[in-house]
Amino acid sequence: MDFALDEELRMFQKMFRDFAQNEIAPLAEMLDREERPPLETLKLAAEQGFLGAPFLEKYGGSEIGTIGYCMMLEEIGKVCMSTAMIIEVHTSIAAMCLYLDGTEEQKQTYLKPLAQGEKIGSFALTEPGAGSDAASVQTTAVRDGDEYILNGNKIWIINGSIAGTFIVFAKTDPEKGARGITAFIVEKDTPGFTVGRNEKMMGLRGVPVTTLFFNDCRVPAANILGGQEKLNQGFVTAMKALDYGRLSVGAICLGVAQGALEAGVQFACEREQFGGPIALKQAIQNFIADAATEIEALRYLVYHTAWMVDQGQKYTREAAMVKLFGAEVAGRVVNNMLQTHGGYGYTKDYPIERMYRDVRASRIFEGTSEIQRFVIAADILGEKGLKIRP
Amino acid sequence: MDFTFPKEYQLLRRMVREFAQNEAAPIAREIDEQKEVPRALIDKAAQLGLLGVPFPQKYGGMGAGETGYCIVMEELNKVCGSLAVIIGGHIGIGATAIYLDGSEELKEKYLKPLARGELIGAFALTEPGAGSDAGAIRTRAERDRDDYILNGSKIFITNGKLSDVVSLLAVTDPSLGVRGGVTAFVVEKAFPGFSTGTEEDKMGIRGSDTTELILENCRVPKENVIGEVGLGFVTFMKTLDLGRLSLGAACLGAAQLALEASVKWAKMRHLFGKPIAHKQSIQFMIADMATEIEALRSLVYRTAWLVDTGQPFSREAAMCKLYGSEVLHRCVDRAVQIHGGMGYMRDYFIELMYRDARITEIFEGTSEIQRYVIASDIFRQEGVRILP
Repeated sequence: MDFALDEELRMFQKMFRDFAQNEIAPLAEMLDREERPPLETLKLAAEQGFLGAPFLEKYGGSEIGTIGYCMMLEEIGKVCMSTAMIIEVHTSIAAMCLYLDGTEEQKQTYLKPLAQGEKIGSFALTEPGAGSDAASVQTTAVRDGDEYILNGNKIWIINGSIAGTFIVFAKTDPEKGARGITAFIVEKDTPGFTVGRNEKMMGLRGVPVTTLFFNDCRVPAANILGGQEKLNQGFVTAMKALDYGRLSVGAICLGVAQGALEAGVQFACEREQFGGPIALKQAIQNFIADAATEIEALRYLVYHTAWMVDQGQKYTREAAMVKLFGAEVAGRVVNNMLQTHGGYGYTKDYPIERMYRDVRASRIFEGTSEIQRFVIAADILGEKGLKIRP
Repeated sequence: MDFTFPKEYQLLRRMVREFAQNEAAPIAREIDEQKEVPRALIDKAAQLGLLGVPFPQKYGGMGAGETGYCIVMEELNKVCGSLAVIIGGHIGIGATAIYLDGSEELKEKYLKPLARGELIGAFALTEPGAGSDAGAIRTRAERDRDDYILNGSKIFITNGKLSDVVSLLAVTDPSLGVRGGVTAFVVEKAFPGFSTGTEEDKMGIRGSDTTELILENCRVPKENVIGEVGLGFVTFMKTLDLGRLSLGAACLGAAQLALEASVKWAKMRHLFGKPIAHKQSIQFMIADMATEIEALRSLVYRTAWLVDTGQPFSREAAMCKLYGSEVLHRCVDRAVQIHGGMGYMRDYFIELMYRDARITEIFEGTSEIQRYVIASDIFRQEGVRILP
């Protein structure tokens, strides 16, 4: 057991913090107001190797390990949850599908440009009738010679309007449910594939979330992610990538919570009421103490789970815990720090207002809190020989 | 004990509900986006008597008492937070300060047109250095023959821009502080030296303006003092007591809609082969919402009854505001969760309710101030005086 960060991680942490503070924080308010993605930041992040952080160098990655990658998301999440989510979906889910299950050739062709940030990745699973119930996707892929013809719609797809490479899940064997789903690599501008308008959301307004339309979209059979042998195994790929995504979202939530706490503490020390700073009030002190305690617990849940990943251990249960606990902690902390700000917290003059709208998404996307609880309970009860259904 | 609403209250509820559903609900999203409640909607509310619900008819009001006013706030806030907040700022605190302690002349001159909706009111207490610590106001009122000359600024004022008439608190004797040194005035926006400053850009209730008011050598005739010189803090605190009750009622309405929408969605939305209503996680959220709403409803209308029967209600009003805003927060939060991704989208009204709701735990006394009011009332009866 050693909980100290080694020299290299401390160096990474400082680098991420500087980048987040200098390059990302100054744009956060504008991205929210203008509802646009931070393309300029993504370019800078690519130059720093931040868009392929956990991947091996031979695939264009920076090889900083999962703990280092989580630290990066934490620092970015602290100042701009929108930017963090774009990078997370790009890296942890879209590129990760290729990294985990792509063929060597696919990794060279598709993963490398993603990891080097030449293109942005997107992951298309959710449909109108397949949200929490991800296995009931209706999008079909029918074989026609050397191609598959895709038909269907995907909704709420993060990075939809800025991505160059999409991992799209479609039914290749409609009889078989989850075991009849295949992952396809689909490039932007493939005929028959169009991207809808950006959704208008409560928060995360810097994140482009769109509908994807597939109308007789022809994709080479060679674009089955993992090749022919992974036909009908796309759901497994999706679940593995989502495990990594859940851990990553937890790391972002850690950053959001930490950022909110720091903002709340600063406000509480500066704002004077009843003859002194409100930090002297027990109600405010309790907010701060509870937030700091939960954040500390979350931090080590995140790092421990990241360590498990890097050790090659199974971590599905822990990833769900990180997502569940992270989203709930971040929600509570942001709420209480907004309360600490009083009326000022309800105005757009302080970042806590944006954080409150942003963080509400974290209990919903990439598996709602209810789905995480199911995953955790299913894993625990499964050890007792009990198979539960959602 | 009789928990049924008399016929006239049932009729009032039906009338407000019809107005709210037909006139306000269809444009609630537009109000949020345009950052303005159309004047025509306010005028229509005025025609129905909704801008003077609790006041006696001789002052231009509907004469429906606090119970009637709670019914109106409940129904309005169910469909449009911005409209409810405008009317709350106008009646619940702005005009109420005049109603409670104003002279007959002031009531004749200002309350009557306010109650009829010919004028819009506001209530100005908060200052940059005086939020929860309302006693720390610095706006100064100095006597000059038959006038007072006011200097200072007020921030976060609901209806600051929209209003014609403002009930405003200022210091008349700095040596006495809130105990005898603070006075309430009716100030017309048209008085020279009275202007509006920065308007806040807010998370929600965006159709209701929250604006700074600036007083620069603003002359106010001494006849515009509400109640007695030096006793303005008492007037304002009594006013806020009533405001808290009606805010509790407003929270009740929105919470009820969050529940109704969630039930409807849970019946309709299929996942895993069945409506999500069959999932225990969803069922228990619905059960908790319904239970809390039921408790809130009883608390609100029982407190309204205390007011209408002339009994003390300060502690209970703080409970209405505290519990109402927290129940509403939990209900809209659960409603977003039950709606999943749809609850986060601006295509759907749940998202707007979530943003609008968050102010209720902050304005007109934060939850922390309500807890202080409740605890101090309890301890006072035990002979212990606590300070905030």
